[in-house]
Amino acid sequence: MFASQGWSGFAAIILSAFIADPTNIFAPAGTPARSIFSLSMLVLSITAAIFLIVAGILAYVLVRYRARASDGQGEQEPPQIYGSNQIELSWTVIPILIVVMLFLATTRVIYTTEHAQRPANALDVTVVGHQFWWEYRYPQLGVVTANELHVPVSDHAHPLPSYLTMSSADTDHSFWVPRLAGKMDLIPNKVNTMWIDPETKGLYLGQCAQYCGVQHAKMLIRVYADTPQEFTVWVEHQRQPAVDDPTVAVGRDVFMHNACISCHTIRGTVATGRFGPDLTHVGGRETIASGSVPNTPANLREFIDDPANFKPGALMPPMHLDSHDLDAVTAYLTTLK
Amino acid sequence: MATQIPVNEVHDQIAQVPRRLWLEVLHGCVTTVDHKKIGLMYIGYALIFLVIAGFEALLMRIQLAIPNNHFVSPEVFNGLFTMHGTTMVFFVGMPILFGFGNYLIPLMIGARDMAFPRLNAFSFWISAFAGFLLYFSYIGGSGLYGAGSAPDVGWFAYAPLTARVFSPGHSTDYWTLALLLTGIGSIGTALNIVATIICMRCPGMKMSRLPLLPWIYLVMSGLTFVAIGPLTAAQIMLMLDRYVGSHFFDTQAGGSAVLWMHFFWIFGHPEVYILVLPAFAFANEIIPVFSRKAIFGYPAMVAASVGIGFISLSVWAHHMFTVGLGPGGNTFFTLATMIISVPTGIKIFNWLATLWGGKIQFTASMMFAIGFLFQFLIAGLTGIMLSVAPFDWQLGNSYFVVAHFHYVLVGAILFMIFSAFYYWFPKMTGRMLSERLGKWHFWLFVIGFHLTFDLMHVPGLLGMPRRIYTYEADRGWMIWNLLVSSGAIIQTVATLLFVYNMVWSYFKGPIAGPDPWDAWTLEWSTPSPPPSYNFAEIPTVASRRPLWDLKHPEDPDFDYEIEQGSPQQTKKEGA
Repeated sequence: MFASQGWSGFAAIILSAFIADPTNIFAPAGTPARSIFSLSMLVLSITAAIFLIVAGILAYVLVRYRARASDGQGEQEPPQIYGSNQIELSWTVIPILIVVMLFLATTRVIYTTEHAQRPANALDVTVVGHQFWWEYRYPQLGVVTANELHVPVSDHAHPLPSYLTMSSADTDHSFWVPRLAGKMDLIPNKVNTMWIDPETKGLYLGQCAQYCGVQHAKMLIRVYADTPQEFTVWVEHQRQPAVDDPTVAVGRDVFMHNACISCHTIRGTVATGRFGPDLTHVGGRETIASGSVPNTPANLREFIDDPANFKPGALMPPMHLDSHDLDAVTAYLTTLK
Repeated sequence: MATQIPVNEVHDQIAQVPRRLWLEVLHGCVTTVDHKKIGLMYIGYALIFLVIAGFEALLMRIQLAIPNNHFVSPEVFNGLFTMHGTTMVFFVGMPILFGFGNYLIPLMIGARDMAFPRLNAFSFWISAFAGFLLYFSYIGGSGLYGAGSAPDVGWFAYAPLTARVFSPGHSTDYWTLALLLTGIGSIGTALNIVATIICMRCPGMKMSRLPLLPWIYLVMSGLTFVAIGPLTAAQIMLMLDRYVGSHFFDTQAGGSAVLWMHFFWIFGHPEVYILVLPAFAFANEIIPVFSRKAIFGYPAMVAASVGIGFISLSVWAHHMFTVGLGPGGNTFFTLATMIISVPTGIKIFNWLATLWGGKIQFTASMMFAIGFLFQFLIAGLTGIMLSVAPFDWQLGNSYFVVAHFHYVLVGAILFMIFSAFYYWFPKMTGRMLSERLGKWHFWLFVIGFHLTFDLMHVPGLLGMPRRIYTYEADRGWMIWNLLVSSGAIIQTVATLLFVYNMVWSYFKGPIAGPDPWDAWTLEWSTPSPPPSYNFAEIPTVASRRPLWDLKHPEDPDFDYEIEQGSPQQTKKEGA
């Protein structure tokens, strides 16, 4: 594996360090992430100042008070000093003052984030964590989708935050999109909430941040911040039942007569399973396997053949379809735009 | 009453021990109740597990060196980080620190053994058995399924991943039982340490004259009592959930995953201090000796240690800032966590003041102690960042946290353990470690350490969560991970150098004599290695540094302590 990377891979690695990173916590693009960013700058400057002072004293002491050859065989011990109440009091009180200041600044951000005033027009999204994918339900809009979350952009003039109500269907997960907000855990039998308000249109990446089982690493998050118009169009499209294209009837039959329907829903068909992602509009998504690979027919075919090709440990079993059926079902799913 | 230490027979040579068959040596190990032998067995056993768990870390770093690597499978990787964490905390950290405590405490307080020698042996053997049980999972983990598998639920094993539905087979049971058993051993040893320090100090050694190492072990043992209980209770509940059908943590039947987190972390955070306090204890002995000065502010050091002990019991939920505690809980645990930086700061400043005005000798031991000071400062500062709950919403469970706690565990604790080895190895074996190799070890380890753990903060800031067996190529994490992994290789080389140094010095090192460092506490008044009875005649002490008093009759410590302490009481003793 190392060898196959080669020198061009090496150059790419070096370059990548300088390219804007899509999940950098210091590149906030939403209110919660921005208020954490400002607080973190305060904390970083205070800790940096403490570091410079204390490390400076340490360096000075080591140089100034090192044992020297001229000390004369070290026979003479230095003066013994046992302590000083005044000095020790000073380095007790000063840290206490710093702690009080930091604590007050922190409390403010905790309350403004967790006790924020919720606007009446806020969008509600229910997020359900699964081993190893994300289910997104829009209760006000009647939309259900998976792995690719669409929310409207929220600007200062017209705040339109999205409130995420979160829980888990199995083990603990954590929803973390660093540029939008801090993480919040999804815990079974417990409901948590958080909110996001992307400032600019675009794609925001993240991934599950709580170890949830074998394939925790590929439980990726994609948040699409759409303009309000685009978002309305997207919602209208998602509300439609699945496309019923007669040219892929063979693949449709393969899907409906195999175990696929036990786990997946395709609205308007007999497939009503809830264990895996809703596939009603799977063809319209940019990625499959929870963001692991681009949604191309070739990838889709490989995934259906054996999900372990991309996600070892994924709970979907290999389907053992023959080549003809694989082609057919892939063609069918591709039409579900 | 002045210090009276009967001059032990001066040994220029290591006591001539007739060569014994390895079976006799083994028999001696199994049957011994001598605190020194048990201490060394603890240390040896911890070193074996240190190598194993270090190797597990190395495998993980190879896997993570480049994105989408296929060096190990996700199943193997998840087992590796679970075993690495569990082993390092329970089968390296705890036994190595208990080992040093076992060896040193009776010697430093002028006693001939621990209070309960047989309990001591029992505690060691049950902990050792627990370690073997944990690793037996590699053979027996999945029972009838054939090939074994290690526990793969993470070292804090959050519910409900540990439920039978998500963790079939027996690997999680091996993990549960191993922790349960080693907990019994830890309680036994902690009990022994407390009883020894309270009851077996030599004449004249009031609590106010107790060296700081036993003082801090006293605090650490008290924490052990409080912390191990909830862990054991949680393990029993987990077993009941898995095999009797109870629902403590079974979320599908109304149980609570958050309950497990509380149980685990009310153990887990005091545990961090159980591990770091002995490092402070070593620093309190080693930094003064190589600065040639008394520790600065002994009473403040004791108070800070006790303070850290108490405060550490109220900070556990800072591991849970992202589980939805609500603003009230987050605020409380932010404050509690920040407050602990105050006594910790006092310690750092008092160590600096001890160095100030001294004549600092840069031995290998002292170099590791200075490394400890520097790195503990940084670990404390990143700790302050993480105590800020909103900052933790970003940093929690990311590689920043991994870097932070490795800064504590490696940069502070392991550095101080290395320092302790260079300092006390001569006492334990009668031979000096090679200083030259020691300095090579130090510099290589410092370079490897900083390459790995400084840079490991960065992918965390760039959004990389922990416990992922691989990562996407487009996130900008590659270069950092590659450098982090290369540092791990340098640390491995340094550690091998250290092992070589110990083996070589054990057979060929220069003879140490009773007091190679010109030190001041009672263990240096015994021959090296000390005889099984430690002291032919129990010493009497009149100050915190009895050997200083003997070496400097013109300026003994007890003169000073009369001025500072309570004069009446000292007068009564007839100083």
